[in-house]
Amino acid sequence: MPVITSLIAGLLFGFGLILSGMTNPAKVLGFLDISGRWDPSLMLVMLGALAVSFFAFRYAKKREKSLLNQAINLPVTKQIDRRLIIGSLLFGAGWGLAGYCPGPALTSLLSGNLAPVIFVLAMLAGMAVHEVMERRG
Amino acid sequence: MIDWLAFTPWTSLAGGVLIGLAVAVFILFNGRISGISGILGGLLRPVQADLGWRLAFLGGLIVSPLLYALVSDLPEVEIEAGYWQLILAGLLVGIGTRYGSGCTSGHGICGIARLSPRSIVATVAFMLAGMLVVFFMRHILGA
Repeated sequence: MPVITSLIAGLLFGFGLILSGMTNPAKVLGFLDISGRWDPSLMLVMLGALAVSFFAFRYAKKREKSLLNQAINLPVTKQIDRRLIIGSLLFGAGWGLAGYCPGPALTSLLSGNLAPVIFVLAMLAGMAVHEVMERRG
Repeated sequence: MIDWLAFTPWTSLAGGVLIGLAVAVFILFNGRISGISGILGGLLRPVQADLGWRLAFLGGLIVSPLLYALVSDLPEVEIEAGYWQLILAGLLVGIGTRYGSGCTSGHGICGIARLSPRSIVATVAFMLAGMLVVFFMRHILGA
């Protein structure tokens, strides 16, 4: 069962990214280009997503287990540290460079364009580099 | 200046609601955060029990356009970045999301929805960095 609900969540997430226009890198860059011709659409994507998920998390926090009797894994880290800020700045720089973040890039893999395939391979390489650095300490 | 021709308030809001429903399904049934960089990156540190739901979520994302196309036309896509730019961007996104423990979904949506100060700081940081890079590329280099 958890695998099926996970698949449903992934599908819904993908439909949302497609419908909202976020699989189009030009639209994401249009949001980041605040000094040019600004496309605020991404703000509304966040607004729609937050409006629903806010209540879902509020309800989840009150429960001991999920509806499928799974443990509820909410992040416990609270520190705002160097890793969080440097990591997020690096991510943002890459996001601005191509207009892809992980979700839309994966959702675009089968689009027939080579660009998201190249991006995802490089992203996996980046994640592997991080993994190696972590293991070395 | 708002680009009124590009702005798609209703479809973007509706798409956002679908993303919110996905997040709700995942936390309420699986008890997990829909953080895509975390779900993907976790595959590089494989734990047998986690493999199924990770692959199912990512598989759902990857095949979603095929199902979407049965009902409606897929929106047009314009890609401006060249291959070297895509490679550099992918590397930065891969390292950055893992080092900073999240991306647009994990921090930007789930974290903010949980009112996590950490995720709010992360979201401000990646949005500012993205805006600076776009400003530099479009208005200084003129690319």
